[in-house]
Amino acid sequence: MPDATGLELLAKELRDENTVGSEAILGTLHFRARATLEVRPEANRAVLAYLRGRGYASLMSVHGVDYYPHEPRLGVHYELLDMSAVDRVTVTTRVSTDAPALDSVTPDGPDGPGWPTANHQEREVYDMFGVVFAGHPDLRRILMPEDYEGHPQRRDFPVGGEPVIFTYNEHESFGVTR
Amino acid sequence: MEIKRERIGTGTADTGGGPVDPRKLRVNTLDSHELLRGAELLGPSQPATMDGEELERYVHERVLTTTLEKAVAWGRSNSFFPLAFGLACCAMEQFQAAGPRLDIARFGYEAFRASPRQADLIILAGRVSIKMAPIIRRLYDQMLEPKWAISMGACCSSMGVFNNYALVPSDKFMPIDVHVPGCPPRPEGLMHGILKLRAMVQDDPDAGWRERYGARGTEEIVPGA
Repeated sequence: MPDATGLELLAKELRDENTVGSEAILGTLHFRARATLEVRPEANRAVLAYLRGRGYASLMSVHGVDYYPHEPRLGVHYELLDMSAVDRVTVTTRVSTDAPALDSVTPDGPDGPGWPTANHQEREVYDMFGVVFAGHPDLRRILMPEDYEGHPQRRDFPVGGEPVIFTYNEHESFGVTR
Repeated sequence: MEIKRERIGTGTADTGGGPVDPRKLRVNTLDSHELLRGAELLGPSQPATMDGEELERYVHERVLTTTLEKAVAWGRSNSFFPLAFGLACCAMEQFQAAGPRLDIARFGYEAFRASPRQADLIILAGRVSIKMAPIIRRLYDQMLEPKWAISMGACCSSMGVFNNYALVPSDKFMPIDVHVPGCPPRPEGLMHGILKLRAMVQDDPDAGWRERYGARGTEEIVPGA
């Protein structure tokens, strides 16, 4: 884990980098010994590509978060690991529910090779949070049925659940094949 | 040997649709005496001349009369072929019911079949997600009548602790004969449920349940098969 100073240095390094741009890093967060870089959504590929060259060559996890009621609501976290230095850094980016679009990091691109491990994990984030990853090779639902409506891990998704039929209320409920 | 099938009280072809005279049953009993005597079933040690009280007692000790339905139900209920099918943690308890301590082979239910077409009992052991539900329904439809279903555990019956977007109670998509509560039920609980099902099949095949839910004729028909 970079310490707080190391994280600031890493952020400065990224801001000075031409491929990333000085505006790309929104902020840093060092909380409970975890280093987090907050980046603009359009810069996610460039930041990950630079950090890969920096040694953080393993993408351990991609996952979504819903920060409701804070805007922009949807967060996507990329957990990077430097295997030789045993060092981790988290890259987060936030998109709104109105335009939940983000570049996929799965395919190879002009800014460098992709991260094939992100394929299924981006599909899961799409399934559960509705973030649309542009350029993803096969963006389908992965856990819920194909015809499912809505993205159930969003905080404003109704808790719902099916009403349970007991003997006392079976006549008011939908039966099996009646 | 001839097996005669009669519906008591509602008439047969013999009586032209009217109720059977109870005295006719007595005649039938005497006929069976004659049958035994004529066929020399009594063996060499018993002369065919046995008669009266002696014959009466002999027949009473050796002949069991029942209805065909009861005989068939007795056979079915003592040889369920469960489907080898586990969904979640309850399946562990289901395996244990087949293990040496509980040993459902004692009751004749040990033949877990790998194909739904050979099974007549499906035990839903675990939570059912809405993505799995159509698959389970298909398995149930592939089983041939007569068939029964046991919903094992809280998740399968009422979604248990998972009252959320992902699960569906099993009653929503297929008819269930016995619900076994518990989280998970102990193997003894499952055994109790299966024995309840046995009693149901023997004494009161459906308790009107299947008619109420329209749960008849749900086999999947394969075209050309």
